[in-house]
Amino acid sequence: MKSSVAGKNWLLRGARVIDPGRGLDDRMDILVEDGRISGIGRNLGKKRGKDRRVVELEGLVIVPGLVDMHVHFREPGHEYKETIATGSAAAAAGGFTAVACMPNTDPVNDNRSVTEFILRKADEADLVHVYPIAAITRGSQGKTLTEFWDLKEAGAVAFSDDGRPVMDGAVMRRALEYAHSLGMTVASHCEDLSLSAGGVMHEGLTATELGLPGIPGIAEEVMVARDLLLAEYTGTTLHICHVSSVGAVRLIRDAKARGVRVTAETAPHYFTLTADCLRGYNVNAKVNPPLRERRDVEAVREGLRDGTIDAIASDHAPHAVTDKEVEFEYAASGMIGLETSLALSLRLVAEGLLTLPELVTRMSVRPAAILGVPGGSLAPGAPADLTVIDLERRWTVSPEGLRSRSGNTPFLGWELTGKAVLTMKGGVATNSDLPQGHEHP
Amino acid sequence: MRWERKDMLGIRDLSREEILLILDTADSFIEISTREIKKVPTLRGKTVVNLFYEASTRTRTSFEIAGKRLSADTINISSTTSSVVKGETLIDTARNLEAMNPDVIVIRHSAAGAPHMLAALVKPPVINAGDGAHEHPTQALLDMMTIRSKKGRLENLRIAIVGDIAHSRVARSNIHGLKTMGAQVVVAGPATMLPRDMALMGVEVHSSLEKALTGADVVMMLRIQIERQQQNFFPSLREYARRFCLNGRNIGLAKEDVLVMHPGPINRGVEIAPEIADGPFSVILDQVTNGVAVRMALLYLLTGGRGF
Repeated sequence: MKSSVAGKNWLLRGARVIDPGRGLDDRMDILVEDGRISGIGRNLGKKRGKDRRVVELEGLVIVPGLVDMHVHFREPGHEYKETIATGSAAAAAGGFTAVACMPNTDPVNDNRSVTEFILRKADEADLVHVYPIAAITRGSQGKTLTEFWDLKEAGAVAFSDDGRPVMDGAVMRRALEYAHSLGMTVASHCEDLSLSAGGVMHEGLTATELGLPGIPGIAEEVMVARDLLLAEYTGTTLHICHVSSVGAVRLIRDAKARGVRVTAETAPHYFTLTADCLRGYNVNAKVNPPLRERRDVEAVREGLRDGTIDAIASDHAPHAVTDKEVEFEYAASGMIGLETSLALSLRLVAEGLLTLPELVTRMSVRPAAILGVPGGSLAPGAPADLTVIDLERRWTVSPEGLRSRSGNTPFLGWELTGKAVLTMKGGVATNSDLPQGHEHP
Repeated sequence: MRWERKDMLGIRDLSREEILLILDTADSFIEISTREIKKVPTLRGKTVVNLFYEASTRTRTSFEIAGKRLSADTINISSTTSSVVKGETLIDTARNLEAMNPDVIVIRHSAAGAPHMLAALVKPPVINAGDGAHEHPTQALLDMMTIRSKKGRLENLRIAIVGDIAHSRVARSNIHGLKTMGAQVVVAGPATMLPRDMALMGVEVHSSLEKALTGADVVMMLRIQIERQQQNFFPSLREYARRFCLNGRNIGLAKEDVLVMHPGPINRGVEIAPEIADGPFSVILDQVTNGVAVRMALLYLLTGGRGF
């Protein structure tokens, strides 16, 4: 609404265009008119147009706008960590055109008014589509279901008690059944709290040496197994959040093979880092589920390769310095990820684990489909939500370079390759880092 | 050789040469504590702050006496509540202390890694007096000093550490130090109290006291915390004592000249029978005496003293 119609007309020329949903991967032009993709093909430049920005994207890649299905935007309640506006800016900078935000705000997003508040704030920021995920239970206390139908009507796209797993199996069963009847998915944070109690990092040699109480992989796996069995028995759909352990990947793979309707996501830190990063008591590497071992990292990577894991989501979890600069055991868990997710994921392509179209599937097509939201496509007629990636751009993660309000990432100082240089939502540039000379005057 | 490190945070970081430097220096300080006038002017005008976030009598007193015998001004700050409960962060406490220009800060904290955080923030040297279940370097050093003085060496000794290994910083520091010095380390305790992947630290792991004792040159018994019973680490103190108490019968499995050690405070009749604690193999009180010398050596080395 804010931008003029003229601002929503583009001719994007000469990029490698990848649209995995249609099997498209070719050098093409994309024409954007009035915020929608109106043409895609070779040499669209011959078409004359008025009030149109023409951008040369030779050597760059255009993909459907990236979708991060698991972020924490902290508003309402913890605005000192992140707001919907600062989180949206971080998302746009990271190449995302849509995110789904978890309900563990204060108050918890367990009723229509909080969902509507989030949507209003997102609309004011107007940088990315923000899809609220509402709580499964009131106050995420694990006892009483929230008003799923009302929340859906208000705009919630899925349900999750992320961070506060539903320990009661009967409550989880009812949630799966009730949500499924509404065509909605339950996204499960799988953690058996009795097995993880007191733990602050992955249980293993590093925790043993550091003298820190451990969270075993089985704390995740026991709950993955329970939820898979519940979904299988009730014939409902289930989404597993932030898969981090070798056993969890195996359980999901087996369940998919026997037809359970399960989808799964993992985060870049789970295919990049191990518990070794916590030596020296690095609070920025404290996260839940915790960074695990080499064999877990390998399993997560294999799960991404073979499709057991459908999506990459950052689990962007901003925390202020005051939440982190305390004794390790007291430090808040979580790391930001929106601005490093793409570059870390591109490493999988560079290493030959995934093709670029496969990566785009996991970062755009599949998450949009799992959530049942628009996006993940460059088909003519679709809103012009797209991301232009420079696969060669080298950059260093630095606190000053981050748009998020918080800087809690273990990747500070890392030199990464690959960056979103133009993010477009509905034909409006929400982030532009194009080199000089790309745009025709 | 000279001491190069700013801080003493853990034994894991230390080389064999550094450990020897500390032990040799400590040996030379033993004599001071036997004098009529137990004081040397070495650290006159220096301030040592003992910052204890966790209850301690023995270690705190030992550090205080060590400082005083070197003529340092020692200040004790004790707080049984964590900094989080107290409302001031450890970082703020550290900055305030630093503003008063202490020469050494000794810290004990229930949270593993707290001394490392402090050391990264402040200019003066920091000594870890025990952090959570992580390390207790001065305890391991005084243990090694005691073993060396009794056995004449550390190399190729078989040393059993028995008890609640999972929650023990004493066990971890000793494992690192003894391994570095060429000893063979065996740990034993109930399976519930043996931390995951402990064998990867290069030790033999048993859940039987008898196996650990067999052929041991040294046995270190660890204090069992009564409250662990509520967390189901063991079914009852009675059962624990029946399986893991070092007594006049099972000690026969160890070498004839075995040394019995305990970091204290001891639970008589739980992990160690009174006749063993007070018996001829026990060096428990030598450990306490040596503790003062080790802490004197560290205060001396960390404030720029030359090694012997």
